[in-house]
Amino acid sequence: MPSNKSVSDAPIVQFTNCRILRGHQLLREDLWVREGKILNPEKLFFDEKGSADVQLDCKDSIITPGFIDVQINGGFGVDFSLATDDFKSGIDLVSQKILSHGVTSFCPTLVTSPPSVYHQVLPQISVKNGGAHGAGILGAHLEGPFISKEKKGAHPEHCLRTFEAGAFQDLLATYGSLDCVRIVTLAPEMRRSSEVIRELTKRGICVSLGHSVANLSQAEEAVQHGATFITHLFNAMLPFHHRDPGIVGLLTSDKIPTGRRVFYGMISDGIHTNPAALRIAHRAHPKGLVLVTDAIAGMGLAPGRHTLGQQVVEIDGLNTYIAGTKTLSGSVATMDTCVRHFQEATGCSVETALEAASLHPAQLLGIEHKKGTLNYDSDADFLMLNDNLYVQATYIAGKEVWRRDASGM
Amino acid sequence: MKLIILENYSQASEWAAKYIRNRIVHFGPGPGRFFTLGLPTGLPRDHPESYHSFMWNNFFKHIDISPENVHILDGNAPDLQAECDAFEEKIKAAGGIELFVGGIGPDGHIAFNEPGSSLVSRTRVKTLAMDTILANARFFDGDLSKVPTMALTVGVGTVMDAREVMILITGAHKAFALYKAIEDGVNHMWTVSAFQQHPNTVFVCDEDATLELKVKTVKYFKGLMLVHNKLVEPLYSMKEMGAERSQSKKPYSD
Repeated sequence: MPSNKSVSDAPIVQFTNCRILRGHQLLREDLWVREGKILNPEKLFFDEKGSADVQLDCKDSIITPGFIDVQINGGFGVDFSLATDDFKSGIDLVSQKILSHGVTSFCPTLVTSPPSVYHQVLPQISVKNGGAHGAGILGAHLEGPFISKEKKGAHPEHCLRTFEAGAFQDLLATYGSLDCVRIVTLAPEMRRSSEVIRELTKRGICVSLGHSVANLSQAEEAVQHGATFITHLFNAMLPFHHRDPGIVGLLTSDKIPTGRRVFYGMISDGIHTNPAALRIAHRAHPKGLVLVTDAIAGMGLAPGRHTLGQQVVEIDGLNTYIAGTKTLSGSVATMDTCVRHFQEATGCSVETALEAASLHPAQLLGIEHKKGTLNYDSDADFLMLNDNLYVQATYIAGKEVWRRDASGM
Repeated sequence: MKLIILENYSQASEWAAKYIRNRIVHFGPGPGRFFTLGLPTGLPRDHPESYHSFMWNNFFKHIDISPENVHILDGNAPDLQAECDAFEEKIKAAGGIELFVGGIGPDGHIAFNEPGSSLVSRTRVKTLAMDTILANARFFDGDLSKVPTMALTVGVGTVMDAREVMILITGAHKAFALYKAIEDGVNHMWTVSAFQQHPNTVFVCDEDATLELKVKTVKYFKGLMLVHNKLVEPLYSMKEMGAERSQSKKPYSD
């Protein structure tokens, strides 16, 4: 049946025989798409007297908003913290490959690096829409160098810095440009961090707390100045203590300004966090949980040695350590593996697991009006999953950009 | 009148659905030959519980009807009376209503033809009775001030012009209205009673709705169920009917 010409000539696609994630539930509804956005079929029917041009049978798949990874350091041999000549093709490769993991938007992450790296790399990262070429880039995530020496984890000590001399100007000089920066992770106990946090927040940059030895009051103060995220909860911060919960205490803090929510990243690869700890965090603050991969260059490649910025990293199965040590450094988990593991470990509903990788990161970045949901007029970035939450197909702006072929690749 | 008595709400709904299906199949709709289904109108547009949303979610989105073939009275039209008159014209243009399916209010109204409505009325603007406003309050978070006080409705006369009328009545709170509709006289205070003068009516109800009827009436019609069930068994499909058009089985009629 032809679509009505009065509003738009663009073809209307109706995805049928599927269960879609909407309103926090999996509903047996059809998904309608036109011009890269989710369409309201009722308005189409009554106002435009239109109907679908193409109907696709989804064979009872689950349709979920595409996953958004806000912490990914590289993959498939590409390291975002390395200023190589072919950096651009590297980021293109990763954005194309992660489509098969269900990621439709991501924040390329740079670990602590010398200023020269930031000055060379950041201008080569631009916010762009996804498509057949790969997942969309929402902006860079700069994890460091303004972090704590005691909790540097895999970050190189010689590159750590403070901003006690010039506060925000120091930060700007280190990074060079903040044009395409979306998230900055810093340690709030550092002197003058409040000014920096306020400046960054004013520019619409999401401030995250991590690699820090802050106590709860320092963390709460940071949140009051604008911080909204916690980088990989539990890792690289003081452990929870019943008389000073530290950053972990933000999950249940009563000092969060009204109307704001603190989100926290979790790497649910089964290694970075014990499933029991994952459950404690999830139960304490389910609406703030954001799944991240923290994937490194070795993700998607055979075990062995790879780089992570200035460091050498050894991969053995799912474990990734600084070569010769037992210090964790990033992961090689893929986003869909994290979603599945999260669902199994917590026993939560499929809807909750899917929202932790789509709705929550979108809410964190303040883009849930167009990403992270299947609401009408949102960008049509979505996935078809089977009942075991394995990605069968990835769509960006309503077009199929990846499909699992018969051999399972 | 055929009075079909089923045990409960689901069975009554299923019987009615099967009957409508068989009616459509026997009618043999095709290009240029439309089966016109009449339904009572409801709340104004622009509300999540509007009639448009209700019809979309419960009916239209599940079938392949073409939007041009859907005609819903528009409560936001600039000239309401003209809208009503145009609606009557559209019914005529479509060849008249083949089957009108409606319910009954506890006050015996059909569509929004409240007690006192003329039994020969046509599609028009109607003020709603307090009972109806109260009943609809649940769609407006219980806030009476938000419930519309007027509605556009097909008239009793409009429905009487349909070739067949099916009324669905379930629940004990409708029992008195059913009694007034079929065991008492034709009266404009119980507008559904007008259908006693219609040649082809089917009332489908559940046990609870028969609570105010004479035992004699209920037993009589239950006794006819064997015959009446032939209207829904066998259940026909469009594909079968294509082949059987020559030896077409007419639905049973009294």
